[in-house]
Amino acid sequence: MEILDILISASFWAAAVRIASPLIFATLGELICERAGVLNLGIEGIMVVGAFAGWMAVYSGADLWVGVGMAMAAGMLFGLLHAILSVPFGLSQHVVGLGITLLATASTYFAYRVALPQVTNPPRIEAFKELPIPVLSDIPIVGQALFAQTPLTYLAFVTAAVVAFVLYRTPLGLAVRAVGENPHSVEAQGLSVTALRMGAVVVGSGLMGVGGAFLTMSAFNSFFFEMVNGRGWICIALVVFGAWKPGKALLGALLFAAFDALQIRLQQTSLGADIPYQIFLMMPYLLSILALVVMSRRAEVPAALMVPFNRGER
Amino acid sequence: MRLEPVANPGWPRTLGLPALALGGTVAIAMALSLVAGSNPLAVLGLIVKGAVGSKFALLETLNRATPLIFTGLAVAVAFRAKLWNIGAEAQLYMGALLAVVLGTGLLPLPAVLLLPILMLAAIAGGALMLLGPAFLKTRLGVDEVVTTLLLNFVMILFVSMLLEGPLKDPMGMGWPKSERLVAEARLPRIVDGLRLHWGFGLALICALLVWVMQTRTTLGYEIRAVGLNQRAAAFAGIPVTKVVIKTALISGGLAGLAGFSEVAGLKGSLTLDLSPGFGYTGIIVAMLALLNPLGVVVSALFVAGVFVGADSMSRAAAVPTYIADILLATALLLMVLAIMLTRFRVVRG
Repeated sequence: MEILDILISASFWAAAVRIASPLIFATLGELICERAGVLNLGIEGIMVVGAFAGWMAVYSGADLWVGVGMAMAAGMLFGLLHAILSVPFGLSQHVVGLGITLLATASTYFAYRVALPQVTNPPRIEAFKELPIPVLSDIPIVGQALFAQTPLTYLAFVTAAVVAFVLYRTPLGLAVRAVGENPHSVEAQGLSVTALRMGAVVVGSGLMGVGGAFLTMSAFNSFFFEMVNGRGWICIALVVFGAWKPGKALLGALLFAAFDALQIRLQQTSLGADIPYQIFLMMPYLLSILALVVMSRRAEVPAALMVPFNRGER
Repeated sequence: MRLEPVANPGWPRTLGLPALALGGTVAIAMALSLVAGSNPLAVLGLIVKGAVGSKFALLETLNRATPLIFTGLAVAVAFRAKLWNIGAEAQLYMGALLAVVLGTGLLPLPAVLLLPILMLAAIAGGALMLLGPAFLKTRLGVDEVVTTLLLNFVMILFVSMLLEGPLKDPMGMGWPKSERLVAEARLPRIVDGLRLHWGFGLALICALLVWVMQTRTTLGYEIRAVGLNQRAAAFAGIPVTKVVIKTALISGGLAGLAGFSEVAGLKGSLTLDLSPGFGYTGIIVAMLALLNPLGVVVSALFVAGVFVGADSMSRAAAVPTYIADILLATALLLMVLAIMLTRFRVVRG
């Protein structure tokens, strides 16, 4: 019965949408990379960089949207490094990605310590506030869940629509998808596989950066070490779960976030008194693994994912 | 641009490029020191001194290298077969967990019996931890990168749950830590009075065994073949699935031993900070060693030296200890690039 009470409360669904927002950005970013044929395991570290860059910019006096821009730029910078190493040089995407995650995370912690050497409690910033949309936010439950969020959450949904439109309705999107399926055909059309893939990785990484920034600028309002806490890896699972399609990935992120919001609330019920809290905290990770297993049968993996392309080589 | 194979790379290429990668890493270290407002040469000196400058420093480096040799070997074995085991961290904790469960008084045995039992338990625990993802990979095609990564988070929560529950030390003053291992379950020191335990010796033996396995046995050949080209290996009659599973068992077992060695050799009990990411660092160790088991020993010593040196340096200079992770990530990326460029040249057009 307690579960039912939770499920019909507007605050629960609002929390689910809030939890989903950073995942939507980062999942879309990873999806763009993978659609172009590049697995980006730098995602976890790039989210850390984005979280820090956005927060630090605002803490230093920048406007909130400038902060978002900084987070995106920081993500793109590390994305560019990933792209250079993995696309023209064709290095192992596993190794490059993990290297980027380590480099990005360590650089962030280093920068934090250099910028704020004496601080024990990370300072808070004046973050994005909820911006209820008139009329729509008055709809019971749905309206409160979807239309009384911060601007960054709205941006996440808009981004999903834009990514879907570009991928499926524009020549550029067609080229990006083709480069992940059959790069030789793209090359034969006179387009540059290298440029398309690098572009996809850089743009995708920018979105990952914004996803990280959501945590510091719209959720926790401060920067902590290990605050990303595996969210990047979960997004990689969400891309698979969403069968590499933006719409399904968005739904996957919402579904996942609903479960996450549920486990947080269940901890406070009588169930939570009997079961150790760690069991609840394990749920998101176990759920992601389960999602991978369930989807493995009918996954439509981009055919050239993780296959480096070298011109003139067949 | 495109890449063209170099037929007979000369020594300026094969030695010069990796040297350049190391040089680049050092240059970045110096730049970071400047950013942090310290004298670059002094910082480098402090890192080297902190890593090998005294008997204490040297022993500290050897101790830190011990788990890294195990996890580095675990990764090297798996990556050779293109089994992307990123879960050495979880496997390490499983090994440590079983060592603690069996070694805190449950088995009243003398050390000659108890230590081998704990070792085998840790190996089995680590191996089992990787068996799940390996099965999911071979049976259902589920990507093992994500499953092994996510299991790291699950495992640390599981350990935390046990340390606050059934495994909690009643004398622990409320800290989440296990009871101490009995004396018979502790790995002795190699030399009396020196703070270096037999876990290090065990790590060296494992490196040798893995090297023999890789270079002198059929399984080693099969692992190599599966890693190079799975389809060709299957065509040549190699049972690919079996080889991948065997690889997983060996890899997970080695990572499990890291946990055993840390608990039985160094710490004596299990806490949540038993491993500051040894499982992840093992990936760097293995890659810097080009997946060569004997090279793993050298690169583990190097990586441990960087960590220990940076720790000691950051106490003296105002440069955060995270410089170590930046250096290692840089070394990793530059080194894989350099190694690739020893075999290929970049051509315009």
